[in-house]
Amino acid sequence: MLSIKNLHASIEGTPILRGINLEVKAGEVHAIMGPNGSGKSTLASVLAGREEYEVTDGKVLFQGKELLSLSPEDRARKGLFLAFQYPIEIPGVSTTNFLRTALNQVREHRGQEPLDAVKFLSLMKEKMALVEIDQKLLSRSLNEGFSGGEKKRNEIFQMAMLEPVLSILDETDSGLDIDALRIVSNGVNKLKSDKTATIVVTHYQRLLDYIIPDFVHVLYRGRIVKSGTKELALELEEKGYDWIKEEVDSTATI
Amino acid sequence: MIGSKRKLILQPQSDPTAIRMSTLTQHELILGLFEAAPTTFLSLRQLGKESFYAQGLPTLKSEEYKFTPLAKKLESNLTEFYPAEQVEISHKQVKSALFPNFKGVVLVFSNGHYLPQLSSTSEGLAVNLLSERENTPLGSIAKIDKDPFVALNQATFTDGLHLSLDKKKALESPILLLQFHQTQGGQVISPRIWIEAGDFSKATIIDYHISLDEAPYFVNKVVEIRGGVHADITYHSIQQENNQVIEVSNLVTDIHPDAQFTSTQITLSGDMIRNNLTLNLLGSNSVGEMFGLYLLHGKTHVDNHTNVDHMVSHAESNELYKGILADQSRGVFNGKIFVRQIAQKTNAFQQNNNILLSDDVIINTKPQLEIWADDVKCSHGCTVGQLDEEALFYLQTRGIDKITAKGLLLYAFAGEVLDKIEEDSLRNYIVNQIQKRLESNF
Amino acid sequence: MSKDNQILENLTSKEYEHGWSVNYEADEAPLGLNEDIIRWISAKKEEPSWLLEWRLKAFKTWQAMKEPEWSNVNYRKMDLQALRYYSAPKQSKNPKNLKEVDPELIAIYERLGISLNEQKRLQGIAIDVVLDSVSVATTFKETLGKLGIIFCSFSEAVKEHPDLIKKYLGSVIPMTDNYYASLNAAVFSDGSFCYIPKGVRCPMELSTYFRINAANTGQFERTLIVADDSSYVSYLEGCTAPQRDENQLHAAVVEIYAGAHSEVKYSTVQNWFPGDKNGKGGIYNFVTKRGICAGDHSKISWTQVETGSAITWKYPSCILKGDYSIGEFYSVAVTNNYQQADTGTKMIHIGKNTKSRIVSKGISAGKSQNSYRGQVQVMKRAHNARNFSQCDSLLMGNQCGAHTFPYIDIANPSAKVEHEATTSKIGEDQIFYCNQRGIATEDAVALIVNGYAKEVLNQLPMEFAVEAQKLLALTLEGSVG
Repeated sequence: MLSIKNLHASIEGTPILRGINLEVKAGEVHAIMGPNGSGKSTLASVLAGREEYEVTDGKVLFQGKELLSLSPEDRARKGLFLAFQYPIEIPGVSTTNFLRTALNQVREHRGQEPLDAVKFLSLMKEKMALVEIDQKLLSRSLNEGFSGGEKKRNEIFQMAMLEPVLSILDETDSGLDIDALRIVSNGVNKLKSDKTATIVVTHYQRLLDYIIPDFVHVLYRGRIVKSGTKELALELEEKGYDWIKEEVDSTATI
Repeated sequence: MIGSKRKLILQPQSDPTAIRMSTLTQHELILGLFEAAPTTFLSLRQLGKESFYAQGLPTLKSEEYKFTPLAKKLESNLTEFYPAEQVEISHKQVKSALFPNFKGVVLVFSNGHYLPQLSSTSEGLAVNLLSERENTPLGSIAKIDKDPFVALNQATFTDGLHLSLDKKKALESPILLLQFHQTQGGQVISPRIWIEAGDFSKATIIDYHISLDEAPYFVNKVVEIRGGVHADITYHSIQQENNQVIEVSNLVTDIHPDAQFTSTQITLSGDMIRNNLTLNLLGSNSVGEMFGLYLLHGKTHVDNHTNVDHMVSHAESNELYKGILADQSRGVFNGKIFVRQIAQKTNAFQQNNNILLSDDVIINTKPQLEIWADDVKCSHGCTVGQLDEEALFYLQTRGIDKITAKGLLLYAFAGEVLDKIEEDSLRNYIVNQIQKRLESNF
Repeated sequence: MSKDNQILENLTSKEYEHGWSVNYEADEAPLGLNEDIIRWISAKKEEPSWLLEWRLKAFKTWQAMKEPEWSNVNYRKMDLQALRYYSAPKQSKNPKNLKEVDPELIAIYERLGISLNEQKRLQGIAIDVVLDSVSVATTFKETLGKLGIIFCSFSEAVKEHPDLIKKYLGSVIPMTDNYYASLNAAVFSDGSFCYIPKGVRCPMELSTYFRINAANTGQFERTLIVADDSSYVSYLEGCTAPQRDENQLHAAVVEIYAGAHSEVKYSTVQNWFPGDKNGKGGIYNFVTKRGICAGDHSKISWTQVETGSAITWKYPSCILKGDYSIGEFYSVAVTNNYQQADTGTKMIHIGKNTKSRIVSKGISAGKSQNSYRGQVQVMKRAHNARNFSQCDSLLMGNQCGAHTFPYIDIANPSAKVEHEATTSKIGEDQIFYCNQRGIATEDAVALIVNGYAKEVLNQLPMEFAVEAQKLLALTLEGSVG
């Protein structure tokens, strides 16, 4: 579904990603871990098409097609979803209004009829249950005055509404207490299917107790330096990242 | 003498509107002052005079002075438009004027004339008369065409103070400018100060005005400050003079990259006071902070005009002015934030809060934003209101009498500005003065 | 050029939708302004002599006045002698009902999307239509007449209701008020008049639609709304003009009188031709609007969506004279290309326990300048006055300016006045977030701008709100730098 080859990206001339290779197939869950500043969030942003990052080399195929030349909205319409680490506030625009605009544009792209208000609301009701989100919250301005947990739940709720094929969760666990973590993870798990894939970007292993990964990759200095299964995450939790840093730094060629 | 010379100097008026308000005052003022001064700085003074002629005394029609009728006030309070001579100041007077527990450099002035024999200095700090530093680019920071009183000062100042702080010199204790004022018949005092702070230097300056008696006079002060890169300068100005005093103060500062400038303007008394504070943020990562507190009673009229010019990107300004107005006092606040087109990533905040205590006070406030760049965070706010009745009642139910309760709340209101004064001796002194006022029901 | 800039380029060069003009036979005054022209206009309209006297007095006052220069706009002053002060479509005579209105004129309005046919109109809006200098049609007159509501053209009101006109004309905005108001008083040609009798709640929205068609013609209409005690009316105003290279002058006057316990809501969607993308042409919109809350417990509420005009100079104000009276001002002003707007309000608190609220949302794009200028004045006797002002500016692109000049003048210690203002730009992160959810950049901007202006748009009657939203989106879609 997603194929990343030798991806290099930089911001304002500073290289952040320095040759990422990753294959994600339908039905899989991949966890990307790594110490702070290793490039995890950059990878998520580059895949979603954030303009500040300049891709200097490599290529990315999404469902067999070239991804990097697409605008962010076209990537979204083709089924790529990024759950933001820091969801954005938009004053005066309700989540409902926002999502209806988004969903109908995505549907238009897929050649589907726009949903009328009644159908949209019933779809919303259905998906709201998944993440235990309150309807009152959805009539308020998007993310404005939401707690950290509410923002993250809103992200997963939007994911449920837009039904992406590939979901990238960028540090979705940050700022969540244990209850919120459970609710958010449950939502993600319920949305999983053999046709979709998930990339979980996280610093801590904690989230992976709830969203069980098939593969765990460690990102350090802009490269995937180690890959394994969920046991690797546990090892990292126990030993920290230093041993990997040492391993990499000692074999570094430059 | 004045009468005979008037014609000579009155000659061509470039702008006929310049004299629409008060011809007499204006010409007597300039004539007496200019003619009576010695011939030092003659060319500078000549330029100042011409500029003042072109601008004239501001009228109420001038947007910048619309609430503060200085021309009329000068005419009614002053009898002699002559430069004030220095008067004798004793060691004892100096000593008793110092804030309790004050330690630092003391520079003494009498009617704007610097008195070296009563002053002290410190290592890394050069103190001179302006006449000893002829190459000082006076007027390059406080420009004569920006304000008629700057022009008037430049036309009429006779000498002044040149302060220079060495590179990398961080003064541990503050510099106190102790300015004694006393004239007979209401004369004009024109202090002129130039402060030069080297790169990476740090200093706190306290500019303290004291009246020696209850007679009127007019202070027209200009202070120019040039801070080097990474310099950190704090300037406190304390106005606590008699209630006949008319004062116009122009403080203009250039703030270079990574430098910080903090101003605190405290006004406790006077007749009519106008303070113009101008911050030119010339360097990126520079920070300008402006704090003000005006506690007005009687008929005191205070007009604070501040102007921050964001000339480069990544600079920050922050402003908080608070006022408490009682009796028949009048407060004017005009804060301008100007963000030029290239000044992206500017952060500018401004707040003006006022509490009105009596039926006869008037407040005119105008917080103003002029934004020419898009990637900026600017906000301003202003409030006019009363003491919180609920809070007052709450305190009273706890057994505190109304005057004390009121005092507590007003003190809390003022506290936000007072907390910005880091120098303990000064803060304690002001707190003390305010407490006295609050105890006597303002 | 970044993608955003490209979109900005594309959209700022968008053509004005209503820029066409129509040739019809017109009855025109000669060019120029002098006493004779004023007499000519007055005679043309068969006015009583007192009104001619009033005009001439205004003209004398005006002659001694200077064009104001204090506002934050730059323009080349207009040669007022090169303008035409009266232009009217030639109709057989004054139409008594719609059947008598020239079908050609009706067609003009159909093209603007305004149907004069009562059957086709949505129920609930009566409309007075002003083309160049005169009112061409008023709908629903009879329905309103049954309730005692007078809604007609100004000229008709002068003939049919002279006492009311005599009593209220110039009572809120004296003919000596300011340069443009005095000019209007001297040369106004038509406009709308509305009177709601005591205790009547007007059952439908009343509306005036202004259209400038003729070239070299100034439009000087006058609107007078009188709401008697305990009445209610909601009034809408819309406007467009053809696209012409030269600047055209619109100097209107709107006066509102609100009696005790009455309420007047006045909404404007202003879409005069703003000039082309290079700043050529466009309307000079120098308008004086003021209402007086004369009676206790009265309320006047101004809502404006300003998207058009090359220059806007407009301060709809409230004189809060009655005790417990309320004034409100809600404004969205959008400027793009070389447009300049200096707009805001005045809230003059005179009565006791008066309240005012100001919500101003400025949006600047292109090379435009957008200023808020407002005054909150609390007079000495206005005990317990309350004001809250919120003035926000949104900038798009780094060639434009946003300025705030609030004057707060308080002479009563029981006043509580709060003013807040912020300046921000549409965040790239906001747009990216929308993009990531599949929303195209233009739609994202429309969404964000409408969200930003929501508090004001919510004040508009439903039908108008939709039009205003579309207009905002149209003016600004994707104008992100």
